[in-house]
Amino acid sequence: MTSPRANRPLLEVDGLRVEFPTRRGTLVAVDGVSFHIDPGEVLGVVGESGAGKSLTGAAIIGLIEPPGRIAGGRVTLDGRRIDDLPYEEMRRIRGRQIGAVFQDPLTSLNPLYTIGRQLVETICTHLDVTPQQARARAITLLQEVGITAAERRIDHYPHQFSGGMRQRVVIALALCANPRLIIADEPTTALDVSIQAQIIALLKKLCREHGAAVMLVTHDMGVIAETADRVAVMYAGRIAEIGPVRDVIKRPKHPYTIGLMGSIPTIGRNVERLTQIDGAMPRLDAIPPGCAFNPRCPKAFDRCRGERPEAMAIEHGQVACWLYANGRMGER
Amino acid sequence: MSEAARAVPAAANGPLLAVRDLARYFDVSRPLLNRLIEGDRRQILKAVDGVSFAIARGQTLSLVGESGCGKSTVARLIVGLYTPTRGTIDFEGVDLAGLSRTALAPIRRRFQMIFQDPYASLNPRWRVADIIAEPIRAHGLIAGADAVRLRVDELLRHVGLAPNDGDKYPHEFSGGQRQRISIARALSSNPDFLVCDEPTSALDVSVQAQILNLMKALQREFGLTYLFISHNLAVVYYVSDRVGVMYLGRLVELAEAKTLFARPQHPYTRMLLDAIPDLEMSGRARIPVAGEVPNPLAPPTGCAFHPRCPWANERCRSERPELKATPTGAAACHAVEERRLPDARVVAPPALPS
Ligand SMILES: Nc1ncnc2c1ncn2[C@@H]1O[C@H](COP(=O)(O)OP(=O)(O)OP(=O)(O)O)[C@@H](O)[C@H]1O
Ligand SMILES: Nc1ncnc2c1ncn2[C@@H]1O[C@H](COP(=O)(O)OP(=O)(O)O)[C@@H](O)[C@H]1O
Ligand code: SF4
Ligand code: SF4
Ligand SMILES: [Mg+2]
Ligand SMILES: [Mg+2]
Repeated sequence: MTSPRANRPLLEVDGLRVEFPTRRGTLVAVDGVSFHIDPGEVLGVVGESGAGKSLTGAAIIGLIEPPGRIAGGRVTLDGRRIDDLPYEEMRRIRGRQIGAVFQDPLTSLNPLYTIGRQLVETICTHLDVTPQQARARAITLLQEVGITAAERRIDHYPHQFSGGMRQRVVIALALCANPRLIIADEPTTALDVSIQAQIIALLKKLCREHGAAVMLVTHDMGVIAETADRVAVMYAGRIAEIGPVRDVIKRPKHPYTIGLMGSIPTIGRNVERLTQIDGAMPRLDAIPPGCAFNPRCPKAFDRCRGERPEAMAIEHGQVACWLYANGRMGER
Repeated sequence: MSEAARAVPAAANGPLLAVRDLARYFDVSRPLLNRLIEGDRRQILKAVDGVSFAIARGQTLSLVGESGCGKSTVARLIVGLYTPTRGTIDFEGVDLAGLSRTALAPIRRRFQMIFQDPYASLNPRWRVADIIAEPIRAHGLIAGADAVRLRVDELLRHVGLAPNDGDKYPHEFSGGQRQRISIARALSSNPDFLVCDEPTSALDVSVQAQILNLMKALQREFGLTYLFISHNLAVVYYVSDRVGVMYLGRLVELAEAKTLFARPQHPYTRMLLDAIPDLEMSGRARIPVAGEVPNPLAPPTGCAFHPRCPWANERCRSERPELKATPTGAAACHAVEERRLPDARVVAPPALPS
């Protein structure tokens, strides 16, 4: 295993652009997205559906379905560029260095094989071990993700597990080869709160104990608040705001993040009406010029309608909003 | 209580809806032949098993609980999509089971349901105006195509859409807009009572806020009564007057919303509240949640929650607790009754035996 040089992010994404050619022109679904994740760090990625969260994750693991394609930017894992690798080489990196967990555990598990067989096969593909060693490791992994009686349950089929347990099995599968980076796309969205809490605790523990970097995609701000170190807020294919989780949640800067935080009902906060962002996120073929949020933004001014704001540095993070240009702090 | 609800005459102030000992069992046995050959026994799933509650006019009662606890089955029983295995449903004091089909029809008009999935619940081949007008036509509420269209236009405006949206098809709308269409359709028969089964679960938070605001505004405007179902406890806190917590087909706690969240009684309610991710980032130490919902075909004996409960004892394993009044509401728990539970959220429960 290669050890990371000190102070180097494990994952660097720089100017990532994902396009879909269509008969009516090219749709840009991810547009100049840049961020990094350090070893042992959890980066949360939030935003409305269609904001480009999943495609960003898919681009990193090299799983953009054609005709979609990475049309620009670069992805660097532990100092090595990976967005331009041939398919076979990328396949080895996936699984070995990058583990993926998706929303629906059933899509990641083959219903015809026992979970043990699937774990052992994956371990043998990526690590140089005997089948017996692989089975022992599979049992350890299942125990680690909190499946009791793992020695017995390893020989069960996916349908014999509940939704929450299946998601743990998928996490075990993603961890088989001790990956450096875990991409988890809505891993708890289909689960009940009680199980969600268990999965979150598990992801945090793995991050801490294995020093893995985690990109956690979700639209649940509560999950982000509990899990992430930093958070990126996406809107219409771009990052609107990125920063330490406390800053973004307690003191959001971008007008979209401010609206988003106000729209979340909170236990103990008595309001007659929730803050509401009127309208909807634009479709990819109708992204307005200038700032993509300007038709819904209560603070929009002339510049917003003509010029697109790039990410601007603020205290500990970045925000793509003209209110913060030239060191201004959110005032016009 | 809303203004409109206060305006109704005192005589009508009994609960709008009351269910008593409501139950629905499903036969999920394998085919008879398999049972004969393999000696399987008949399997009965008690999806809802003896639930009682009442909802006052103009109020919102919410049902919460983990997947499979029977929330949607209660909803479907109330709107008549399932017939009860046991128990009664009274609407304005009238037992619906005792009514003939013709006597029932005008009452059914006053109940409507909004479903979770705004994609599946709208007919893709119908124009939006026809979808919304369908209950009006089915119940023969308005005569004449022009009058119906005027009413549809009015409904579209009520839910924040434009009259010309009526000429479009559902696929031309986003998820949130489709849910607005579902709401307009539900309102078209002038109902008093809406059963809303996870109406915002498929929506983004910002869109969810739009729909929740709309539902609250409509409730105020028309004095609507809601049975609201969700597994999102923060949403439930925002919309509800009272909350019922379900576990394996039974109500385990029922209380005013504010009280339930501030001082949960039942150990299951405490566990659910504790599992909510903490947006306030207070750094509060969470009590790890133990286990998962048991197999509903083989529910545990006694209190169905006992395998996950830190306070379970011998009595819990053998005797099923009934829902009983507490100083703050009602709970079905021996420990609550015996007053052997610490105040919620003050003392950590003992470690679970492993
Ligand atoms: N038509 C049916 N036939 C057999 N079993 C059923 C049927 N409908 C529901 N059930 C079972 O009854 C139980 C309660 O189901 P229900 O749909 O009411 O749960 P729920 O609380 O709405 O869950 P969720 O949060 O997942 O929507 C479940 O175990 C379910 O599998
Ligand atoms: N195969 C595809 N063809 C065309 N557009 C696509 C395809 N996959 C995704 N998109 C579009 O790209 C945008 C971002 O999608 P996605 O990353 O899945 O969003 P998120 O995960 O944030 O909900 C959406 O507008 C979506 O409709
Ligand atoms: S750039 Fe302008 S329109 Fe965009 S978020 Fe900032 S103020 Fe609003
Ligand atoms: S009855 Fe017993 S097992 Fe059930 S919730 Fe109360 S203390 Fe726990
Ligand atoms: Mg997605
Ligand atoms: Mg349901």
